[in-house]
Amino acid sequence: MTHAAATVDQMQPPFPAERGLDVYNKKLGMWVFLASEVMFFAALIGTYVILRFGATGEWAKPGIVLNIKITAFNTFLLICSSVSMVKAYAAIQDGDPKKMRFWLLMTILGGATFVGIQVYEYIHLVEHGFVPSGVREGSELAALVANGTLPAATMGLYGSTFFTMTGFHGFHVTCGVISMAYLYFTKALPGKYSKQDYGGIETVGLYWHFVDLVWIILFTIVYLI
Amino acid sequence: MHWWLPPKASTFTGPIDGLFLAILIITGIAFVLVEVGLIWFIVQYRQRPGRKAFYTHGNTRAEVIWTAIPAVTMVALGLISNHYWVEIKGRNSIPANAYPIGVHAKQFEWQMTYPGADGKLGTGDDFTIRNQLHVPVGRPIVVQLSAEDVIHSFYVPQFRVRQDVVPGMDIKAWFQATVPGTYEIGCSQLCGLGHYRMRAQVFVHTQEDYDAWMKQAAQEASQ
Amino acid sequence: MTSVAATAHGAHAHHDDRSFVQKYIFSTDHKIIGIQFLFVSLFFLLVGGLLAMQMRWQLGFPGKPMPGGGVLPETMAPGGVILPEYYIQLVTMHGTFMVFFAIMPLLVGVFANFLIPLKIGTHDMAFPRINMWSFWTFFIGGLVMLSSLFVPDGAARAGWTMYAPLSARHDYSGASLGQELWSVSIIFVGLSSILGSLNYITTIINNRAPGMTWFRMPLSVWSLFITAILGLLALPVLSGAAIMLLFDQIIGTHFFDPAAGGQALLWQHLFWFFGHPEVYILILPAMGMVSDIIANGSRKPIFGYHSMVFAIVAIAFLGWIVWGHHMFVSGMNPTLGSSFMVSTLVIAVPSAVKTFNWMGTMWRGNLRFHVPMLHAVAFVAMFVIGGLSGIFMAATPVDMFIHDTYFIVAHLHYVLFGGSLFALFGAITYWYPKMFGRMMSEPWGKVHFWLTFLFYNCTFFPMHITGMAGEMRRLYDPNQYTFLQPLQPIRVFISISAFLLFATQVIFFVNFWWSLWKGKQAPQNPWEDNGLEWSLPSPAPHGNWEKVPTVYRGPYEFSSPQSTEDYLPQYKKLPTDREPARAPVAGH
Repeated sequence: MTHAAATVDQMQPPFPAERGLDVYNKKLGMWVFLASEVMFFAALIGTYVILRFGATGEWAKPGIVLNIKITAFNTFLLICSSVSMVKAYAAIQDGDPKKMRFWLLMTILGGATFVGIQVYEYIHLVEHGFVPSGVREGSELAALVANGTLPAATMGLYGSTFFTMTGFHGFHVTCGVISMAYLYFTKALPGKYSKQDYGGIETVGLYWHFVDLVWIILFTIVYLI
Repeated sequence: MHWWLPPKASTFTGPIDGLFLAILIITGIAFVLVEVGLIWFIVQYRQRPGRKAFYTHGNTRAEVIWTAIPAVTMVALGLISNHYWVEIKGRNSIPANAYPIGVHAKQFEWQMTYPGADGKLGTGDDFTIRNQLHVPVGRPIVVQLSAEDVIHSFYVPQFRVRQDVVPGMDIKAWFQATVPGTYEIGCSQLCGLGHYRMRAQVFVHTQEDYDAWMKQAAQEASQ
Repeated sequence: MTSVAATAHGAHAHHDDRSFVQKYIFSTDHKIIGIQFLFVSLFFLLVGGLLAMQMRWQLGFPGKPMPGGGVLPETMAPGGVILPEYYIQLVTMHGTFMVFFAIMPLLVGVFANFLIPLKIGTHDMAFPRINMWSFWTFFIGGLVMLSSLFVPDGAARAGWTMYAPLSARHDYSGASLGQELWSVSIIFVGLSSILGSLNYITTIINNRAPGMTWFRMPLSVWSLFITAILGLLALPVLSGAAIMLLFDQIIGTHFFDPAAGGQALLWQHLFWFFGHPEVYILILPAMGMVSDIIANGSRKPIFGYHSMVFAIVAIAFLGWIVWGHHMFVSGMNPTLGSSFMVSTLVIAVPSAVKTFNWMGTMWRGNLRFHVPMLHAVAFVAMFVIGGLSGIFMAATPVDMFIHDTYFIVAHLHYVLFGGSLFALFGAITYWYPKMFGRMMSEPWGKVHFWLTFLFYNCTFFPMHITGMAGEMRRLYDPNQYTFLQPLQPIRVFISISAFLLFATQVIFFVNFWWSLWKGKQAPQNPWEDNGLEWSLPSPAPHGNWEKVPTVYRGPYEFSSPQSTEDYLPQYKKLPTDREPARAPVAGH
């Protein structure tokens, strides 16, 4: 990046400082923040791995409680939104704010739809009797537990880990959608981004790709195996 | 008043007290060295008018020495400690002939299950007594620890033995008492409101006394 | 744009036209945020101390009505006699307040905020607004924790380590809302630390003044930098664990409840995976600031600057692989115990290097015993005791005996009080003039130091002895055990010493407040130090420098032959000094 120092942080000293990395503050800050996020999700995923593989009983087979098809579509959607984020970034690098606005909007819509589908999935699951504490008594799923299709011993852990991990991921996606919408309305629409100044897009893009990556891991370990 | 470790009443006291003493001597030397050095420097190099401090950024040789000495000491200490650790707590440390007693901890009491006449747990002649652990002297005892509710910790200071009792886990710990007498079991893991009074007693008997006690206790239990 | 920023700053430094609220409450100025942290965490230090006093009353004089205890409600201490359920709340909240709301924010919240920009030469943090939020999330967390003392069932009761399942199920602990508020508050603390850390890291990497190369940074900045990395990576694990604990408590998940398939040891692994780096968060900044103060007080360059830096890095790195030493007797695989023992013993090496290098710094110095120096030397003397007693518990067989006894209590207080808090008293006195423009009283500072040093040792040293005799921690009344009854005179001695220790702190608080208004006006560089912060007037103005200084040398050039005085500031240009080669500006 050797563009003019236009997007440098407001606190950028008015002289060349002793820089450790050739990265502007916002972007460096985001990288540092993502390191912290990695540890957060590592704690949640590590817990899942320990509970699942340390459990005395079997784990519920994939596809019985969770609807893989609809979530596979959701995963595809999130990957697409990552692609559109790249498109938005490429567009503003080329100095095309109009195209950037379009792709940013697509990303926001993709993220929002993802959250919407997840909310729908949650409602659906709870209706069928899948709750954070396991399986609700007298529900559709309770019957499956009774006839042995689902293991009784580990359903509590299944519910605990599923809702915690996907819930916090959904929360992160929501935060991402809100920040992108904020940037869209306060920066992109008023035309504040340009070929020289697109730090906000790059930074939020980093976050968005991270959230996407976490989802691919979660989808694999929670839904598929 | 008591200024040292509790009286010795198990085979673990030898290695553990010995290791404690060894560490006390090592750390004692380091302690005296540092504190005397500090006091000496404080007195010797206190500010005097017209003097300038000796300008130096360090001395590699000195630093290598005081890196190497602690490193060697710690490695040696680690090796020795590990030797005893494996003997005391290692996976295969429990002697094959150890006499089994079940210890079940719950808020706020200890339930000891004895193997009865056949010397085996999980058979029909087992019986359970609250807050009293009776063991024969000079014989390895394996306590099979289980918890009802929260984490407790099985601790007999005179035996130098401690093992957390964790719900959902079956943990075995062993010891061998050497001195007949009465000792106390304390819970040493905060387990709630009554943690401070979760106390039990250990009675170490001679083998004959133990057999006699066992006969009587089994009889009482079966009634 | 660059020039715009420059003008904006120039304007800031001179015309400070912010309103009172912008200036002192929702301030984005790193110095004000540091001072906010200082006031709030000193308050929590006092709260933590008060809780400890009540514990000491019960231990010294069990079952007797506590003086002034009549004000407590029936649920805590009817007639002033402390109840067992209140005692375990005291135990829990004393630890929680001291670790999360006193020592940690005092070291990191106060000094990382205040010192980093001043010592590396920049106008403010990289993200001032995020920095402000770091304070306010901490403040909210503190209020939540404080309020939990007053809810109907009382505060959390599972010890500051919150071992599950006692903490996870209300029917086991007997507290409900208090337990939940603990988890909520800790989530806020985690967020606050992460926001702070990402600021400190970014600022130190990117905003150093020209010439302030990595190895010209003062050790205080180095240690705060490494601490920030530890905080950044450890706190999210705690937050994650606290969230799962909260879910266990309120929405019926079963992470830590073995009765429903969860794992009790999982909490311990998560907690100590955070908890051991946390231990170094609580000591590394103290080590860094003590290094600065000892070099200053000795009028000598720090002995072995590079190895001091590497020792900090080594301690921090090893801090990640030793968490299991809190769990030797927890039922964890004993083979893991062996490897955790080795990694733990290895930490003694960098710690020894630091200790000997501090002594090397004092050797052939010209020691000035100002109040910060007294505290710094006491830090070394006391940290050594805490460090050495750590070796006992690192040796697994010995740990089997002394684990969860008062030996551990003695050890941790030697490190946290004898270490961190002495360093903090020194550091507060040292940088007070730059914060408030006045000096703290020197004679009263010395009285406070000597009395604290005396009573502190009388309080905590005997705990080694009761611990060796086997006295367990967190007992409401140790006299329940016959083998602990003969130790009662020692407990009385400890309690009386603790009361005197607490009373002594009144001197510090009075000195602190009195000096705010009546202290001697501080000169620009009262300690004749080399750091960049001393190139500013006292107190340092908003925006710090109009034009940041250039750095020509390392931070510890005391008694250099190049200078007639016995100090040579980093910003002072000698005729032989060349301008630093300018690093390229990061482009966008």
